[in-house]
Amino acid sequence: MGKPELLDPTPDALVDRDELVRRLLTGLPRHCVLAAPEELKPYECDGLSAFREVPLAVALPENEAQVRHVMRTCNEARVPVVARGAGTGLSGGALPHPRGVTLGLSKMKSIVAIDPMARTAIVQPGVRNLAISEATAQYGLYYAPDPSSQIACSIGGNIAENSGGVHCLKYGLTVHNVLKLRFVTIEGEVLELGGDGLDAAGLDLMALAIGSEGLLGVVTEITVKLLPKPQLARVVLAAFDSLEKAGEAVANVIAAGIIPAGLEMMDKLATGAVEQFVRAGYPLDAEAILLCESDGTPEEVAEEIEHMSQVLRDSGATEIRLSKDEAERLRFWSGRKAAFPAVGRLMPDYFCMDGTIPKRQLGKVLRGIEALSKEFGLQCPNVFHAGDGNLHPLIMFDANVPGQQDTATRFGAKILELCVEVGGTITGEHGVGIEKIDQMCVQFRPAELETFHAVKSAFDPMRLLNPGKAVPTLQRCAEMGAMHVHRGQEKFAHLPRF
Amino acid sequence: MIDAFADTIRRAAADGRTLRIRGSGSKDFYGVALEGDVVDTGSHAGIVDYDPSELVITVRSGTSLTEVENKLAECGQMLAFEPPHFGAGSTIGGAVASGFSGPRRAAAGSVRDFVLGARVLDATGRDLSFGGQVMKNVAGYDLSRFIAGSFGTLALITEVSLKVLPRPVAEATLCFDMDEARAIETMNRWAGQPLPLSATGFVDGMLWVRLSGAKAAVDAALKKLGGEQPADAAAFWASLRDQTHPFFAGAGPLWRLSIRSTAGPVKLGSQLIEWNGALRWIAADLEAEGAHRAAQSAGGHATLYRGGARSAGIQRLAPPVLALHQRLKRALDPQGVFGRHRIHPEF
Repeated sequence: MGKPELLDPTPDALVDRDELVRRLLTGLPRHCVLAAPEELKPYECDGLSAFREVPLAVALPENEAQVRHVMRTCNEARVPVVARGAGTGLSGGALPHPRGVTLGLSKMKSIVAIDPMARTAIVQPGVRNLAISEATAQYGLYYAPDPSSQIACSIGGNIAENSGGVHCLKYGLTVHNVLKLRFVTIEGEVLELGGDGLDAAGLDLMALAIGSEGLLGVVTEITVKLLPKPQLARVVLAAFDSLEKAGEAVANVIAAGIIPAGLEMMDKLATGAVEQFVRAGYPLDAEAILLCESDGTPEEVAEEIEHMSQVLRDSGATEIRLSKDEAERLRFWSGRKAAFPAVGRLMPDYFCMDGTIPKRQLGKVLRGIEALSKEFGLQCPNVFHAGDGNLHPLIMFDANVPGQQDTATRFGAKILELCVEVGGTITGEHGVGIEKIDQMCVQFRPAELETFHAVKSAFDPMRLLNPGKAVPTLQRCAEMGAMHVHRGQEKFAHLPRF
Repeated sequence: MIDAFADTIRRAAADGRTLRIRGSGSKDFYGVALEGDVVDTGSHAGIVDYDPSELVITVRSGTSLTEVENKLAECGQMLAFEPPHFGAGSTIGGAVASGFSGPRRAAAGSVRDFVLGARVLDATGRDLSFGGQVMKNVAGYDLSRFIAGSFGTLALITEVSLKVLPRPVAEATLCFDMDEARAIETMNRWAGQPLPLSATGFVDGMLWVRLSGAKAAVDAALKKLGGEQPADAAAFWASLRDQTHPFFAGAGPLWRLSIRSTAGPVKLGSQLIEWNGALRWIAADLEAEGAHRAAQSAGGHATLYRGGARSAGIQRLAPPVLALHQRLKRALDPQGVFGRHRIHPEF
């Protein structure tokens, strides 16, 4: 399998680049429209740098009226629009379209209002995730979803991807922490979805908008929910001499009625990689380590930590350490948070997979990954949001070695297919984008994909918004010849296979 | 069973008939209009899969809420959105299709927040699955959450997977005598503090606060907040959840205002407040336009929940939002097999 073909059928543009830029400039100031090759180059990829395209033009609106102008202009000229937040996405969702406009929201970065009493903040899409918590800390409040890239990623991108984070088992995903959106359609109309209350009249359009990867519209203002900042957090580090035992310990913690604030696993390859990088003090002889966090009032945390430690000990932990202060808690987490760059230091390139599986399948899936790693001859450390079953195998390769990137791509596809086979999904939090477009044919049957296209047609009949991403055409799936393995059943199961 | 439902849908499509999907009918009181031939899903019952350590239960839509809740309770778990039981037979399919959540909603989340996946029959009778049985899943549009609250207007739900949570170890309720304005202020202030608040209610000049969580946390909060501990707390919260509290008695019009939690007292009639102030029930025969205006100016919407002229009682959607509803309906159910008008007169 080579590079996924980007182009989806979209109508032919009615204008050339010069005319498009001229029309964009009727509603945007000069400095907000980029069209020179050297200006476009920085936008050629997002966090998935293996895929690159140069867009026709980049529009960087400064307000909602300008966003509407870009959408209307592109709609009239039949030019694709690819929305982009901070460009930190890992699935190529903001990969430009060669005949399209990249709509960057980075200039719309003001925190419009904070209402500490109602525990809400109104923010523009370019605001960084962490900036919300920083701005609201003075009221003892914070915005809970915390993707690892939170110092850089934007809230608009979080909406597009329905981002999670280390704490989402307890505090939910983006979709659980947003009250209201201002949402601009491809026609340039503004819809207000959700409300200041906890629900809105009519259908729950916000559920559709969040996680739609820029295929349904563009968000210009977001009202997020804020939570009281927990008074205290402490983390238990537990070491295990087998991955299976660590997996069982995760199940035992949950079965004991504990919802940890964070519950993360790393295998030996991963701890070895990060230890060279950040010296978090992880036990290097352990086959797996768990980080299990408790937060809340001091009384609550004391009670929960004792309970967690007991369950972990009973599950066969060979060593248990408890963070004694905030500095040590952050040190325990530093290794987990540095896992991706640490692996990046060991090898020139890596692909980060993002499947989610039922936790009880962990042993089977990790053994499967190990076998695939031998088969493809590439190392694959695993870090794992264990509490919610979200795996991040990191496939290490060197793109300068001929054929290795292809091998890594095939390895990755196999891992995702394994996740689907055991009842999981190809993407837990990074999105489908361009990266996993072919695996969508594995997870969904043609009728389900048709339903997605029907939804799309209600928002964007000419398919101008982020074409070629997130939902594959049926033709693409047919050409790929993917075998659908949804819930262990093949599509066309009634046909004989030879 | 699924085949029979699919057949019913296909036949209705062929005959140009409309279908009304019904679990137990306990929410038949709600909606602009009940249209179409009843498809009874109550017999499509049973728990398909439940593994407490996965925090997920998968059930057929006709399964009774009581059965699901009893099964979860055996393993120390619960449906955290605390769905109302408006009748002994209330089904899980009805709970999801209505999107109604109970007292814990402000603290824990709504029905849709706990939906992980749904298996549905679409308007052509095709058996489709969206979402799944895992906590995190961003493949494809989030249709399983979208279907929550759609009241049978988009698809027939045959199976749902829901996230479940452990039951709190400790629970206690406090009561405080106070007026409405101060109660609204107090609920919001406490919701912004690290307290184990799991529900709040205000009725008859009394603020009720439920604390749930670790024993140490509940004990500490009890000391901090003061107030009286009533004897009949569990019955009180159940009476809010199921609307058996005397406030809801009678068949008169009942308005539901979902608004900004900090909005001051809405002076339109006798009220019961939930969700830290974000939900205001008004038992009065209000003039629809006035109710809608009042809700809108408080950042929300008003619905005539029960009684009265139901069509006028539904808050009108903004024109572009309504147009999108209509396009979605046409895209997903072009022939109008699933009854229209349940949640909006023009949709």
